[in-house]
Formats: sequence, structure tokens, C-alpha cells
Amino acid sequence: MSTSKRRGRAPSLEPVAGNGLIDRRALLGRGIAIAGAMGAGAAGTMTAVAAEPLTDEPWSLEFGQITPARQTPSPYEKNVVRALSNPNGEFRNSHARTPHHLLNGTITPNSLHFSINHCGIPDIDPAKHKLVIHGMVRQPLEFTLESLSRYPLTTRMYFLECAGNSAPMFSNEPLQVTAQMIHGLVSNAEWTGVKLSTLLDEAGIDPGAKWLIAEGGDAQFLDRSVPVKKAYDDALVAIYQNGERLMPGNGYPMRLLLPGYQGNMNVKFLRRIKAVDQPAMSMFESKTYSQILPGGKTWRFHFLMEVKSFITSPSFGQSLKGPGFYTISGVAYSGTGRIAKVMVSADGGKSWGEAALEGPIHDKAFTRFVMPWRWDGQPAVLQSRAWDEAGNVQPLRAEFVKARGETAKPVATPLAFPNQHYNSITSWGVDTTGGIKHVYA
Amino acid sequence: MSTRRVLTALLLAGTCGIGAALAAENTGLGKPVSEADIKNWDIAILPDGTNLPPGSGTPAQGARIYAEKCVSCHGEGGKGGVAPGAGPLTGGSPISNGIDTLKTIGNYYPYATTIFDYTRRAMPFNMPRSLSDDEVYALTAYMLALNKLIGENDVMDAKTLPQVKMPNRDNFTLPYPDRI
Repeated sequence: MSTSKRRGRAPSLEPVAGNGLIDRRALLGRGIAIAGAMGAGAAGTMTAVAAEPLTDEPWSLEFGQITPARQTPSPYEKNVVRALSNPNGEFRNSHARTPHHLLNGTITPNSLHFSINHCGIPDIDPAKHKLVIHGMVRQPLEFTLESLSRYPLTTRMYFLECAGNSAPMFSNEPLQVTAQMIHGLVSNAEWTGVKLSTLLDEAGIDPGAKWLIAEGGDAQFLDRSVPVKKAYDDALVAIYQNGERLMPGNGYPMRLLLPGYQGNMNVKFLRRIKAVDQPAMSMFESKTYSQILPGGKTWRFHFLMEVKSFITSPSFGQSLKGPGFYTISGVAYSGTGRIAKVMVSADGGKSWGEAALEGPIHDKAFTRFVMPWRWDGQPAVLQSRAWDEAGNVQPLRAEFVKARGETAKPVATPLAFPNQHYNSITSWGVDTTGGIKHVYA
Repeated sequence: MSTRRVLTALLLAGTCGIGAALAAENTGLGKPVSEADIKNWDIAILPDGTNLPPGSGTPAQGARIYAEKCVSCHGEGGKGGVAPGAGPLTGGSPISNGIDTLKTIGNYYPYATTIFDYTRRAMPFNMPRSLSDDEVYALTAYMLALNKLIGENDVMDAKTLPQVKMPNRDNFTLPYPDRI
């Protein structure tokens, strides 16, 4: 590698991979300007068009708005909203998907955190809500929001992902929809709560208990079986989300938080934990979250959300405004641990360059990756591929669908869930006009 | 001070201050309750039949309840297609069709106890927990009979329900056995 590591020297101007990917070190220090100066075609896009003299805008010439008690985003950001699967409140389940293609950084704002509710959001009075821990314990105990709040609380950054996130990609043909519609059932937040192991120890869990039945206070008493092993690894009973109380759609006033495990297990409105010696085989673990594999064998207790990444910009729904400098940006995460590396391709996987990871890199949480790119106006296929610290790698599509399957016919709607646990790569195809399509490559 | 140390200090304080009323490792923040107090919430049924309540029902009894309380969403004979989200309770192609298979009670559920459990906790969708245990046994029997997994005159109760052999029971494997 020709890049000099000495301070003050320009980073390598050599592309690191085909179709214009630039060494990520160009982002350090004065790299952008250097990158801008490189290559044919750059001059035109970097030259300022003759501008009009600057004048004061009207908003600078009058007293502004009242400062509100609870602030909301600028009206100019009104399109930054979740996509709803059931906007009219029909008598069925509802999903709200995070608009990843309109966000940046790693924290999902609470108002935009994904939410799935099978029978509406219960209107829970926090003063009356109770959590009981019982079953194979020495002494059943009852907790309230007030009593949980008195523990020393643990705060961690974690992604939370529905097992059905990215399910449209099980379609045998790519759906032309945004990253929000494909990947909007994952979000990332800072969660604060009590370690579940602390509460189990206080109740005196029996060593013979291998499973916990976690149950919510919604109108179907949603329940899932959780291995005791996970409870003693890193599980929380979360009572704060990004510093404030949980959103109603995210489990107010308390929820189970099982870092890296499929969203449905992170039981919301948590009201009961029963220690038992066998899994309950609840409806969700018997049916919905047990997968059929090609050939007809079936998996159950998949639990783990495996290593994954996707590009949020540029992506479907956006367009490139002519050749020049862009940043390819996205998120990577793994239910196994920290992200170790993200590789990016601009030529459909023929060549790859290593993206810069924006730290700090948290365990089982979003890591933002960025890759400088000079688009030359020719067709490009943008992809990202993540590795985690345990060495797990995001599978290529061909190997993934061979192992996990794809539909025989194209899926009609991105709201369908043909299968669960999709973690292969996403490809965005850029055409010569700057238009972006979802492609398989 | 680390969280562990704070907790240790709390535990010691609890032991010394409040004394024998609390176990040694208890902050006293959890209120002791009895299983009798929890009984009304203790609704999860385990696959071996643990926690199934007294009561019983037959497919014929279930058919009458179904016609009154279930058919408006799940359709005649459990065929579905009426209310969105209320999928069919019968049928489904062979699982060898892979991910295009529609999962139903008949072709997929490994344990019959799940039908009792989910019906009792979540159905009818607009009035959860309004069915009596006898009604839930009868509806469970009706659904199993529709799928030809029990006979038309079989009685479902705490003893017979866990013994129903579901076709897909032995077809499951674990992708991550070490996580259990």
C-alpha cells in the first residue's frame, strides 16, 4: 500500500476499489478537499457558479417562534416519518418502519423507533402496572416502575430488530422500495434498565429452571420463552429509552430487552416472568418465528439477529445530482457483538474497499460506516458487507437464498413476511442519470 | 464505585438493617407475593400439559361456539379469508414447498397445547379472556378435528390434549443449540 502514515502528508489518492471508491483515510483531516481535487471531471463539479450577492432572509428580520415545552422537528422535515402498515387502525396488527434513508448517525429518535403491535397499544397507567417474577423461584416477587427505578440502572446502546426485518428481500425479484420499507424494522437506542439477573437472583431462581416465560400486558398477553442463559448474559428490564421513559409503542412502562435477539422476544408491557423447566411453545415461537428451510426442515429458537449492514445513502428514493463526490453511508450491526469491518463495493461486488467506521463501536449496536466515492456518471452497483468481532460475515445473496430460500413468485408488497431472519447484502443500482434502483447482484 | 460494589453495599445494608424478613441477597424492593395471588395471571400452558386447567370439550361443542364467536373473522370451517390477519386454521401445503408454505395448525404447529394457550389468552380478538376453560377446550377440539388430528367424538381435557400427536413435531432443529 502506498499510503503514507506521516502527519501532514496527503492520503493516498488512489482509488481503493473499482468504480471510484476512495481510500477511507481521505476522510481524515483535509481529505475531502484532496479527494475533490483528484481525477478527471472533478473540476466542473467543484467550480462555484457565479452567485448573487447575499441578502438577509425574512426569518432573520423578525422575532421568532415561542420556545415550546416539548420540541418537535422543523416543519421542513415533515416527510421524516415512520411508514405505517395499518394507517387507518383496522382491527389487526400494525407496523411502523424507521425512515433510515432520511436519518444519519446511529441513534434512532424515539418518535421514529420502529414499532409493531398485534392488537393495538395498551393505555397503561404506570402507577398500576406490576411485574411479577414467579415459578421456579424461592420467593415470588412483585415490582413496580417505582421500585425498579430505585435500582442502580444499567445504560447500554443496543439495536432492536424484528426477525421479519428485510423480509421483502426473500422475494425472488427485488422490490422497488426504500431502505425504510425493506429494513425499517430495525432501530437503535440507548436503553436504561435493571439487569434481569439482579431480579432473578432476588427471587432466588431454581438452578433447574432453564427457561423464562416472558409475558406482556397487551390484549393478547404476548408471551415468549427466553433461555435463562440469556437472562444472565445481558438481559435488561428496560424503563428508559434514549433518556426518557419508553414510548408507548415500544413497551411503556417496561419491557424486556434481550440484546441481539429477535424483536418479538423483547416482550413489551412486561408484566410477568415465570421460571420453568421447558419452553412454552407459544404461538409466536411455534409458528411465526420458526422458519421453514428449503427442502422442508424447520428451525426453531433461532433467536439471534445475525451480522448485517445496509447502505442508507445513496439508496432507492434518492438520486445523484450529477457526477462528482458523494459519501456512501449506512449502518452495520450484529447480535453476536461488535462490528469489526465493513467492506463497500461500487461495482456489484467485483472489487471491495474498506469503509471507515464511526466510533465508538458498541456491542450489539448500530455502527455507522462511511465510504468516500467519486461517481463518474457511469452505471454503478453499491453494496456493503459487514463482519463482526466473532468473525461472522454477512452472506452474499446467492449463498444466502440457497440456504434459507426465496419465493417462487415475486412478493406483491413489502408489508408481507415470506420468511424471517434475512441478513444478506443489499444492492442499489445507479444508472447514468443518477437514478437508483433496488437490484440483486 | 462500580455497580457491583454499589449492589453489594446495598445487599449488606439490607441484611443488617431489615434483618431476617429479607433474604441475604435481597434489596427489599420486590414485594413478596404468593402463587395464589398470581394465579389469575398464570395462564401459560406448557407442551407437556403443565398448567392446563380442569374442564373439557368436544369438537361438536366447539363448532357451536365457533359459529357464534369465531366465524366472522376465521370463516366457515376455519378456512380464513374473512378478516385480515385472521389466517386459515386448516390446510396449508406440504412443508416441503419451503418458504412459500402457509403455516397452519395442521401442517406446522408442533404441540396441540399451543392452540389452547393462544385461544385462551388472545381470542376472541376483541374480547380476550372472555371464554370459559370449557369453551377453550371445545374450540381446541374443533380445530384439531377440522385438521383431522383427532376424531369427531374425542374429548379434549388436561389429560388428552398433550397426547395429540402433531404431524410436524419431530421436524424441528436448532440453528444455535448453544444458546439454550
